[in-house]
Amino acid sequence: MKRVYVNEEWCLGCHLCEYNCAFANSGLEDMVLALKGRKLFPRIHVEGDDRITFAVSCRHCTDPLCVKSCIAGAISKQDGVVKIDRSKCVGCLTCVLVCPYGALAPGEDGIMQKCELCLENACGAPACVTGCPNRAIVYEERGGAE
Amino acid sequence: MKRYVIVGNGTAAVGCIEGIRAVDREGEITVVSGESRPVYSRPLISYYLEGRTDLVRMRYRGNSFYADNGCRVLYGRRAAAVDPSLRAVKLDDGTELIYDKLCIAAGSRSFVPPFEGLDSVKDRFTFMTLDDALALEQALGTGRDKRVLIVGAGLIGLKCAEGIIDRAKSVTVCDLADRVLSSILDGECAAIVQKHLEEHGITVMPGDTAVKFDARRAEMKSGRSVEFDVLVLAVGVRANTELIKAAGGNVNRGIIVNEKMETDLADVYAAGDCTEGFDASLGERRVLAILPNAYAQGQTAGTNMAGGDRTLDNAIPLNSIGFFGLHMMTAGSYTGEMTEERNGPALRRFFVEDGLLKGFILIGDTVRAGIYTSLIRDRIPLETLEFGPAAHEATSAIYSREARRKRFGGVV
Repeated sequence: MKRVYVNEEWCLGCHLCEYNCAFANSGLEDMVLALKGRKLFPRIHVEGDDRITFAVSCRHCTDPLCVKSCIAGAISKQDGVVKIDRSKCVGCLTCVLVCPYGALAPGEDGIMQKCELCLENACGAPACVTGCPNRAIVYEERGGAE
Repeated sequence: MKRYVIVGNGTAAVGCIEGIRAVDREGEITVVSGESRPVYSRPLISYYLEGRTDLVRMRYRGNSFYADNGCRVLYGRRAAAVDPSLRAVKLDDGTELIYDKLCIAAGSRSFVPPFEGLDSVKDRFTFMTLDDALALEQALGTGRDKRVLIVGAGLIGLKCAEGIIDRAKSVTVCDLADRVLSSILDGECAAIVQKHLEEHGITVMPGDTAVKFDARRAEMKSGRSVEFDVLVLAVGVRANTELIKAAGGNVNRGIIVNEKMETDLADVYAAGDCTEGFDASLGERRVLAILPNAYAQGQTAGTNMAGGDRTLDNAIPLNSIGFFGLHMMTAGSYTGEMTEERNGPALRRFFVEDGLLKGFILIGDTVRAGIYTSLIRDRIPLETLEFGPAAHEATSAIYSREARRKRFGGVV
């Protein structure tokens, strides 16, 4: 299955992926309306320091701890994609406590949201990848346990 | 065709069903459900009273879960005995179920100490099941005129307090321990939480508990008395171990299981709050009555029951809980050297022993805490990381470039 990967050697730390993610998931058609003057709650985020930067989003793990740990049964894996049913989430943050990758964060309303690969929003493919100016973020099939 | 019997219908049972079905699509699964309802999220009962979920949304799995997984569910039935020599479970109505593989996922029950005069209290409740929550809801009514006394300031008692504060005239919580959440917080952290609870209208009485009841009055250990209309008993829970004990299996505070969730009885597994498994942070057996562990144990049991191979050897205590907007997370064991970081109202404590992170308490700043959890769970030597005493932000930048490539560069 294709996933989002980051080549950290190429990551500029520009945070554009965060903007593109927030816009893609806003449901709005105008980027200015979606982002200007707002605190962003993207589903990908850039970590690092002055030496190295890298973007982190959901790994869509083979055996996801978040799915097993969700106290509301709100997280599931469907066709390889780890998804959250926001109507069931109560914002307990147990998924944040168990995700080894630090890939989950709540949205503006305190309810969890996560990268679902833009498969169901207007983009249809990860907006972070499309908009990465240095092609540090890629969407591809890689080997390993599945 | 294999016959599977699961005693219990909670989170561990769901893990078990999904574990079995990942290996065996054909076998016959029978679920013995004491509660007369499909599986729901037990930790959500306080959110239900708070109005943050409802009876439909708090279902743990979708409507077609049992049908999709080919399960027969016997609602309102309880297992009365297990006979390992006959591979039989006898139910409370006399029915006998024959199994090839059995999983005991019987959970735990509220422990109610023998208080003097308890029978004189008309509206008294425990707070464990949805039926408990619905009964409490009914007793509180809609008049917001009931004074509630909750005995026990642990996770259950305090979540109950938060859940009902807007439905009650007053909420008082007492606990014999000298602090709130004594099983997961140290004194200083507990003081922060207590202050926050008090700011939101809850009266907290640490180091004091009810010793005697007389209708609507509790006589306290301190000599004080508390008047109330509704009583909630959240003193503690006990693992349901009786079935295995009576069948001659090894039982301590929970049913003893190995890393495959096998009991010492042939073909009998156990999972969830009724068990005593291994705590990897402590290096000892312990009852880990938390939902993530229940699922993981159930899934491990189910996989192995169906002939697959799964082990669970990295379970640790984990709690993520919030009260009135203040969030806290705890993990592992609080042994070894403690380092602390304060940032405004946020407090974070880390416990390091033998070069390993053993536990942490985070209050108010919980961003990406799972990065720390995985250091405990996976026993990652801190010397391989840039994890200093001032680990002031959870980040995967603590890993070497090579280690990060392994974590993020392929399928995990």
